[in-house]
Amino acid sequence: MTSALELRQVSKVYGSGPTEVHALRAVDLSVEREELVAVMGPSGSGKSTLLTIAGSLEEASIGQVLVDGVDLASVSRADQARMRRRSIGYVFQDFNLLPGLTAVENVTLPLELDGVRAKTARASGLKALEALDVAERADRYPDELSGGERQRVAIARAIVGERGLLLADEPTGALDSVNGEAVMRLLRSATQRGVAGVVVTHEAQLASWADRVVFLRDGQVVDQTVAPSGPDSLLAASDRR
Amino acid sequence: MSVPHALLALLSEGPKYGLRLQNEFESRTGEVWPLNVGQVYTTLQRLERDGLVETDGDGERSQKRYRITSAGARELAGWLRTPPELVPPPRDELVIKVLVALQIPGIDIHQILQVHRRHAIEVMQRYTRIKADAARDDVPLALVADAELFRLEAIVRWLDAADVRLKQRTPVTPAEVADAPLEPTRTMEVTQ
Repeated sequence: MTSALELRQVSKVYGSGPTEVHALRAVDLSVEREELVAVMGPSGSGKSTLLTIAGSLEEASIGQVLVDGVDLASVSRADQARMRRRSIGYVFQDFNLLPGLTAVENVTLPLELDGVRAKTARASGLKALEALDVAERADRYPDELSGGERQRVAIARAIVGERGLLLADEPTGALDSVNGEAVMRLLRSATQRGVAGVVVTHEAQLASWADRVVFLRDGQVVDQTVAPSGPDSLLAASDRR
Repeated sequence: MSVPHALLALLSEGPKYGLRLQNEFESRTGEVWPLNVGQVYTTLQRLERDGLVETDGDGERSQKRYRITSAGARELAGWLRTPPELVPPPRDELVIKVLVALQIPGIDIHQILQVHRRHAIEVMQRYTRIKADAARDDVPLALVADAELFRLEAIVRWLDAADVRLKQRTPVTPAEVADAPLEPTRTMEVTQ
């Protein structure tokens, strides 16, 4: 089966000569549909670079990036841009909503840029907002929304249409832990509906919402968690009496 | 977990039979602490002896209804406000493992830290799964899972900090350590 995202021996080098920085070194990573993967690592470990390369916002120096089996290097820049609009959704730390557009207009923008008719786009936008339980705020502007609502709108924008890959960079931003947890629940339920998700975070609690946690260090994948076993054994521990 | 105080808390809502106390104890602690009915009656007997609960009859234990006394209410209020022991001596097993690892020639300390980090996060994933699968209104279960998650997160943060600290240190060879003159042992004391 084709992975939703596959990185094969991806390296990224910035600069050259004495100022050369190896941000990623021969990274292999596959993410399947219905899988949420968290990428953890200290500052400067290459987490954000990995995400921008996975989302074709940046090119790898060496190696291949395949989205739904399509090698990004094999398609034109125009086709890459189309893939970014149609197949890949992004969630950023600071929401990145356009202040002059309402919630639903923010959500439908990528569809309309892609030539979808306004009425069809609005229907898809409302459906995405409804999935995130924020449809009643559709016609509000970002500054009329709470932090949690803004992030829901940002996630709706990332999943609207038929996106197969959801990429999130520290998506809980400055939200408190309960609202941060709500964001992770939403990302998890989005992946359970068939999307592949990659979340970059430095917070262990947020990473623990993922099916798999990949650890980066100095640009290399050094470790990953194995699938968690059933929860029963944790809470049935008799020594808690 | 203090079973006597949990039972006093349940009785502060009104008189109850032993079996009901057992059921309520389990459901209100997120069903994390199973409690058999024998334990419930033994505890109630002790509470009665100490004047913290009283019963309304001399029949079979299963037929007795227990109620909290005013002394029991005072004991419960005092217990709720007494902080648990927060200052254990610094003899955490993980800390000791890392300190020991530092003395072993050729060991990759960062790999040791990573093994423990991965294990802690795998356990966190399991608690988070419990929280994710639980009913939205199961607040006791969420609170229990949160407590474990915050405890484990603290371990991960300590491992992260250790990683950075050890990366920045000036390497000292075990031979240098072995040759260094002995100094009096330092102790770390924390007063409450």
